[in-house]
Amino acid sequence: MENTAITQEVKPPNTKKGPVKWLKDNLFNTWYNTILTCLGLAFLFFVFKGVFTWVFTQADWEVIPANLQIFSIGPYPLEQIWRVSTVIYGLAVLLGLSAGIWNGLTRQITVAIGCIGAIILLLPFHIPVREHALIATVILAVSFAIGRNKDNWKRWVVVGWVLSFPWTMMMLHGFGAGTVSTTMWGGLLLTLILAAVGIVACFPLGVLLALGRRSQLPAIRWVSTVYIETIRGVPLITLLFMGSILLPIFMPGDFQLDKVIRAMVALTLFSAAYMAENVRGGLQAIPSGQVEAAQAVGLTYPKTMLFIVLPQALRAVIPAIVGQFISLFKDTSLVSIVGLVDLLGVARSVLGNAEWIGLQPEVYLFVAAIYFVFCYAMSFVSQKIESDLGVGKH
Amino acid sequence: MRNKFLFRVCVLVLAISLVTPLFADNHGSILDKVKNRGKLVCGVHGGLPGFGFLGEDGKWSGFDADFGRAIAAAVLGDPSKVEFVPLNAAERFTALQTGEIDVLIRNTTWTLSRDAELSTDFTPPTFYDGQGFMLPKSLKITSIKELGGASIGVTAGSTTELNLTDTMRSLGLEFNPVSYADIDTLYNSYDARRVDVVTSDKSQLVARRKDLKNPDDHVILDVTISKEPLGPLTIHGDNKWNDVVSWVVYATFFAEEHNITQENVKTFKTENPEIKRFLGESGTMGEKLGLPEDWAKQVIMAVGNYGEIFERNLTPIGLPRGVNKPWTQGGLLYSMPFR
Repeated sequence: MENTAITQEVKPPNTKKGPVKWLKDNLFNTWYNTILTCLGLAFLFFVFKGVFTWVFTQADWEVIPANLQIFSIGPYPLEQIWRVSTVIYGLAVLLGLSAGIWNGLTRQITVAIGCIGAIILLLPFHIPVREHALIATVILAVSFAIGRNKDNWKRWVVVGWVLSFPWTMMMLHGFGAGTVSTTMWGGLLLTLILAAVGIVACFPLGVLLALGRRSQLPAIRWVSTVYIETIRGVPLITLLFMGSILLPIFMPGDFQLDKVIRAMVALTLFSAAYMAENVRGGLQAIPSGQVEAAQAVGLTYPKTMLFIVLPQALRAVIPAIVGQFISLFKDTSLVSIVGLVDLLGVARSVLGNAEWIGLQPEVYLFVAAIYFVFCYAMSFVSQKIESDLGVGKH
Repeated sequence: MRNKFLFRVCVLVLAISLVTPLFADNHGSILDKVKNRGKLVCGVHGGLPGFGFLGEDGKWSGFDADFGRAIAAAVLGDPSKVEFVPLNAAERFTALQTGEIDVLIRNTTWTLSRDAELSTDFTPPTFYDGQGFMLPKSLKITSIKELGGASIGVTAGSTTELNLTDTMRSLGLEFNPVSYADIDTLYNSYDARRVDVVTSDKSQLVARRKDLKNPDDHVILDVTISKEPLGPLTIHGDNKWNDVVSWVVYATFFAEEHNITQENVKTFKTENPEIKRFLGESGTMGEKLGLPEDWAKQVIMAVGNYGEIFERNLTPIGLPRGVNKPWTQGGLLYSMPFR
């Protein structure tokens, strides 16, 4: 009878591994979790079954390839398409050179874009599209090879990027007989232009407004504050309507402001106000000791801001700024309401074609996918920038 | 200090008001502007089945766009010299008033208020539409008087909604209006039987019926509760230009009345003096309008007669000719005499 105590068995530690064990531990460990797991699986099954049957058997995807041309460039005349490809080639040269000169992120982005070019090459697009993709990819690779270790070219490449903007506009518009008026700009091309202009123009304006709102001079402070609060107080669509309906009435006589330019102005003014508040958040996070130290070593106000305060402030608010860019990109879709044929405007127009009437799900899903690709790319790049700059780590 | 500021504001306002007239319109006719520019700018709908939409080749297509091409052919001798500007319902009149577009051809109903209050002039309607009702055959309703108590779907904020209320009230019928902001939602809801009846312009009902799950199960009532004459508009006061646009429209009517088609217009042989004047073989019809003598011939060569324009754009979406037939066949299209 005395020996019974030591016969108690101790189980060996469970050394089983693998998916079955993981499932048991996480999804089926108690009776209520088992029920929840089964319910969840059933729900997912029915949702996915519905989606898949629709996507693969019921949806009429023919509408997308048939209208690919107008989805990408809208009513832009085909005989002038060389303008668009020239712009793309020019940007490919700049991008390739930059990737060669600067390491790190620039190179990663370039490689990603090169991959996209290669993918377009393999997809069953029309032959001319694939030719352009091929040429652009080759140009990208060649200029990358040329640009390697050419550190003394840095300044010229930066100048090139700055000039690329007016160059793109002039190239797309053209002169004389071959002019392509902005009413012919459309599709993804117009969406990208509107977004690029908005992003490039709203950033400096936003920084100035943020500095203005914190200025010691009452006049500047008040103007900035009134501007920011007024613009933030109205929806973007009202600004666009004001641009497209009110502004032309105020314009004198024959003077007409281009419809696309009016939309660009409205988008820029709108985002600048939000940008200003984002930047101001960053400015407030900088301890006043920084400014005092800069003043103590004799830096002027512009130098203090440019070299001491703004670099730290902007670095702190990268997520907010990129968030602003992403929402600006999506906001460009509102211009379809004031009669511009951007990506969403083309979608509406395609649905107005008797041949494709009633295909809303297919068309809108396709457009949504394009928006997602671009927005996610922006978000991804911003995460990369953050990790490269070590934001949030030290 | 304060007075000085006020003084400066006054000076500024004065200066602006003095300078503004310098930029004012030079009051030339749009006809001359179009000729100088070598291009017509025409406002259209951004996406309306059959009337205005962006074709797969990136060119604006549809019934309204074809009339824009006809005007370009008459004035410039080339139907491709036209730039289309898609416009929404709110901005269309502003675009015309400010001179951003030369002519507006965008499903616009000719009404007294628009004619009198807005700075616009109408030209002969190119399409006579009217508001009607569509409902499932299974309801076995044949007249509007039986619609008491029905829920009726309509797009919000349109004259359609107003017409519906007026009609039902004048008949003393109770009904349940359901407004939708979006046309697609309206027809999807109707198809899902969330409303019993849907009301809109008959052209739209016909175009959308094709798209329902079972098009044959639905019927459009014979009754028409409103007149919707749709036609091109020009800016108020430019009579010369309005004449040109009007006569381009008449030319398409006239050609159908006399069986002149896109195909036979070049070789059309006739002793009829009016047709000779129409084709520019005699008389000075073109000179009187400020156009080349063969302007009408150019129009028919470019887009064909009214019947051909209709068959190309509206027959495919299932629209019957209805009253949009020449007066000789009992329709409403009546060209004024070419003399």
